[in-house]
Amino acid sequence: MDNMTIIAVASIVIAGITTGFGTMGPALAEGRAVATALSSLAQQPDASATITRTLFVGLAMIESTAIYCFVVSMILIFANPFWNHAIAQATGK
Amino acid sequence: MRLSPDEMIFWQHGFFKLNATIVFTWGLMLVLALGSRLITRKLSIGLKRSRWQNLLEIVVTGIEKQIAEVGLSQPRQYLGFLGTLFLFVAAASLCTVIPGYEPPTGSLSTTVALALCVFVAVPLFGIEEQGVGSYLTSYVKPTFIMLPFNIISEISRTLALAVRLFGNMMSGAMIIGILLTITPFIFPIIMTALGLLTGMVQAYIFSILAAVYIAAATRVHRPRSEPLQHIDA
Repeated sequence: MDNMTIIAVASIVIAGITTGFGTMGPALAEGRAVATALSSLAQQPDASATITRTLFVGLAMIESTAIYCFVVSMILIFANPFWNHAIAQATGK
Repeated sequence: MRLSPDEMIFWQHGFFKLNATIVFTWGLMLVLALGSRLITRKLSIGLKRSRWQNLLEIVVTGIEKQIAEVGLSQPRQYLGFLGTLFLFVAAASLCTVIPGYEPPTGSLSTTVALALCVFVAVPLFGIEEQGVGSYLTSYVKPTFIMLPFNIISEISRTLALAVRLFGNMMSGAMIIGILLTITPFIFPIIMTALGLLTGMVQAYIFSILAAVYIAAATRVHRPRSEPLQHIDA
């Protein structure tokens, strides 16, 4: 396999794996966060504004790790520097 | 597949180019500034006021209450900075209902610029509140060994702010673009609504996180209270 094929295969496979694994962890963590928030809302409905706000802030922090994985996948597929370099070399030759 | 509005170029002359990010940012600035100016031309203090003034008052007092809840004792001082962050990001994502518009926060340049503003503002507010010496000594608390970790955490949370906002906005626009080629009728509308929701949530998150960082930097460290006196029996 030549250079371009190796780069293409590696990028595609790793992009898929990154998105696959990168969304599992945050999904589990967000599920637990919402479950705890719901039980504390049931215990203290008066504090619902604070609990809801803190829940959303926490969810956004957890979500950001999933976003990091998504950004890396997008870079691998659409803005891959190694691929661009290999293409430039191939067309320049 | 367009990754960001940076690639849509309207006008180019040598090194200077006007891409979609800059044009839409200017458009947003114009709408926000001109709109506020028009509404606040004739403010009324009494009970009878125009609807637009009511809207602005709701927005401003809402933001002020949120800033006070985060723990900043004088919200009016920080209202300009934090309120602008929130309003800009919220307006940038609200305007996605206009066809042909790409949110400028979907480009890494805009989000990095906003995150750098927060990065600069946190020490500024901290020094303004505590003084230079007291603020700098907060970096070596609790021990001197924590100094590099505190600096790294400052830089990494700024980076996290930028990438979080960029990722959320870019993914929303990209998913709509992809779905338009697959199921062009109902589904993209649902995804646009979801994009609106996440845009507003991200605007709130961005400004609340900036408020939390500023609150952490301006928290005046009180000296430890004196130990209790032993009561002799």
